[in-house]
Amino acid sequence: MSTAALLPAAGAARRRKLLAGWSRAGKLGLAVIAFWCLVGLAAPFLPADALGEMSDAGVFQGMSLQHWLGTDYLGRDMLVRIVAGTPYTIGVAFVATFIACAFGAVLGLLAAVAGGWLDQALSRLLDTLVSIPSKMLALVIVAGFGSSVPLLIAVAAVVYTPGSYRIIRSLAVNINAMDYITVARARGERRPYIMRREILPNILGPLLADMGLRFVYALRLLASLSFLGLGVQPPMADWGSLVRENLGALPMGGVSVLGPSLAIATLTIAITLVIDNLPGHTDTDRETN
Amino acid sequence: MGATVLVNELRVVAQAPGGAETTIVNDVSFRIEPGEVLALIGESGSGKTTIGLALMGYARRGCRIAGGAVRIGETDVLSLSEGERRALRGRRVSYIAQSAAASFNPSRTIMDQVVETAHIHSLMPRADAEKKAVQLFRELALPNPETIGKRYPHQVSGGQLQRLMAAMALMSDPDLVIFDEPTTALDVTTQIEVLHAFRRVVRERRTTAVYVTHDLAVVAQMADRILVLRDGAQREIGTTPQIITAPKDDYTRSLIAAANPKARTGDVVAEGATPLLEVRQLIAGYGPIDKHGRPAAPVLDDVSLRLHRGQAVGVIGESGSGKTTLARVVAGLLAPTGGQILFDGRPLRRLVEERSRDQLRRIQIVFQMADTALNPSHTIADILARPLQLYRGLKGDALAKRIAQLIDLVQLPQSCARRMPAGLSGGQKQRVNLARALAADPDLVLCDEVTSALDTVVGAAILDLLAQLRKELGIAYMFISHDLNTVRAVCDDIVVLYAGQKVESVNRSAFGHAARHPYFNLLATSVPELRPGWLDEVGSARRAALPLVAAPVDRSGLCSFLDRCPLRVAGQCDTRTPPRRALEGGVEVFCHRSGAELVALQGSAAAQEQAA
Repeated sequence: MSTAALLPAAGAARRRKLLAGWSRAGKLGLAVIAFWCLVGLAAPFLPADALGEMSDAGVFQGMSLQHWLGTDYLGRDMLVRIVAGTPYTIGVAFVATFIACAFGAVLGLLAAVAGGWLDQALSRLLDTLVSIPSKMLALVIVAGFGSSVPLLIAVAAVVYTPGSYRIIRSLAVNINAMDYITVARARGERRPYIMRREILPNILGPLLADMGLRFVYALRLLASLSFLGLGVQPPMADWGSLVRENLGALPMGGVSVLGPSLAIATLTIAITLVIDNLPGHTDTDRETN
Repeated sequence: MGATVLVNELRVVAQAPGGAETTIVNDVSFRIEPGEVLALIGESGSGKTTIGLALMGYARRGCRIAGGAVRIGETDVLSLSEGERRALRGRRVSYIAQSAAASFNPSRTIMDQVVETAHIHSLMPRADAEKKAVQLFRELALPNPETIGKRYPHQVSGGQLQRLMAAMALMSDPDLVIFDEPTTALDVTTQIEVLHAFRRVVRERRTTAVYVTHDLAVVAQMADRILVLRDGAQREIGTTPQIITAPKDDYTRSLIAAANPKARTGDVVAEGATPLLEVRQLIAGYGPIDKHGRPAAPVLDDVSLRLHRGQAVGVIGESGSGKTTLARVVAGLLAPTGGQILFDGRPLRRLVEERSRDQLRRIQIVFQMADTALNPSHTIADILARPLQLYRGLKGDALAKRIAQLIDLVQLPQSCARRMPAGLSGGQKQRVNLARALAADPDLVLCDEVTSALDTVVGAAILDLLAQLRKELGIAYMFISHDLNTVRAVCDDIVVLYAGQKVESVNRSAFGHAARHPYFNLLATSVPELRPGWLDEVGSARRAALPLVAAPVDRSGLCSFLDRCPLRVAGQCDTRTPPRRALEGGVEVFCHRSGAELVALQGSAAAQEQAA
């Protein structure tokens, strides 16, 4: 329970200032994310046959009025492919990252606050997971259960939970040594309160930054699974696999590979920009505090 | 041999990135004659360290020397190029920082670092430099001067490291030495040895020195003249006796008043009633517990004390004496391995998780560092609201009202409620820290060094507040401190801990004339007094550790002060547990010597202090 309700004036002012405190870069990042979300929402409305349609212009064509971003290795329109791949990319990679970080955060905080045997057990268990090469693990799981979108999400989440756990735990252990945590314990607070109210707000910044990085890793894992034919199934493709498929265009100076690369770059940079501008982490916040 | 130092209208400004410039040192002028020691005294933020650094032509990041002149001998420091300034630093001007532990490189030997100055400035060959370093170690009264240089910084004590840093600074026979709070982080019994050593070398070498500190009593021993600073401006400059006995400036007077804390008495406590807190033969420590039930690293050994409602008991001791551990055990944060704690006549469970919410409410703990005791991501209102919600279930208007009351109670402006801890000053944070404890309506507040991190004037205000709250609300305090003056000012009873043993408990009224345990006597006579010449009267020879004839095999139960005790009795102190002697006036001493013997052997010191 927060006292924000007691101070309605401050709360409202804060809400009004939500965007005002953001730097131009932060707003740009927000706009780019919003753009890709809209594209993702629009993707299902593409004409059903546009996706697999092979152009008569040929493979690895450059930009033209007919194909704004060129054509791919089978002569399909790149723009359509990227738009169609958006929901998979954002959906699978983002949801998986979110799940991995959520699990990592809960377990990491728990380990830091509880300490003792629980910390030991969790750390050893997740260390074991880290020691298995992530791609091998993903391959085995996908090979065993068959490929589907929910399974891909689960695989990426399992692969990235231990890393997130390690980072959160090490941050939380430092905070857990602070006097205000001791005061809270002496007050008789339970573990969930200490984890959520006392520690979490103080590690939110690095947690989100870590999430942004992990999103990029998840994209990469997904792309490599797709490359092996175990990820998103053709004719659908996520951005990562679009890059993989069209690598052949590079030696020929083709542009087909540029489209999906730029899409990945803009989205990840936008996410980083937004994370840097979240409340409490902007430069202005740091100065006024 | 030092040189004349002349500072004229020095001005230093600080600039936040993109912000306006603020003047942090404004128009400071002074002159130091060769061989003279000038003290810069002031509270935090008064610009004393900034001036010290400006003497080397250096300004910290974000700061800039905006005007004025600094002359050392014939050199105009501020007109030198960066390269020339580098040649000046360490060679003609040297600097001794507050924390020697943070200033030494832990991975190189001490000798390597002490002779480094000579090496960098190519002053002398390494063999000569080492010879000179050993000579300096000897002058600074360091143990084993021939071999101490071979050790690493973590292998010597804090006080020794501070003296080694002085040796490093004196290697080049500088024209000017800047001491920046060199003894602030040390225990008093260590401080006195370091001060002795510093004073001797400064006098013998006739070094020109600037001594930066906030502690008037230390300055009175070290300096010839004193410059009082506040908010970067010069308030008063004069000779040491004049500043201390006849200050002209109001601010100087308030500093001197704060250095001599007045007694803040509570009402007389009804004896005989059930004590609020009773600690019986407490044993506690850290690490795994062996088969005898003793922890691997014992910290508290057989500590007992009683505390009545509305009473304040002071727990005093040096770092490592177990004072904070005692508070943690009483608060239920650390499980004792032996003994019992009674609260209001009923035994208290060992750990927080086992105690009832009401018991937790009635005992509150306040930590030393308000910076780490307040969650930086909560507002002050959030911080104060939590105990009210947890213990009393307040919400809505009642909660807001109580928060406002608490903020008033600790004399903070209401506008603080919406701020984050980072937006408050050190003293304000400590008040919030206190208000959070008061929010629970406690019967007992454990104050762990609550004023140690604060400036004297701010700390005095907090002590006043504590005394007032005690009178108004009838709260009992367990007041933990390393500062005898503070404890004497606030507490009715004083408990002295040494290495986890309670060596003495004494009532304030009996403080001046009661028999003292040898450790307590050492501690009491080591607290610097605010009069020039005090350091000369207190000899340092008897303070050094005396070698034991034969180290006892099993030390458990023996007096922990044995190694340092000047009054120990061979064959008795190193073989048997001393008795707890109850003397008249509620004094209890843990010593083989009788009360009469203790008074006779140490009486002169006690009487002397009484006279002062």
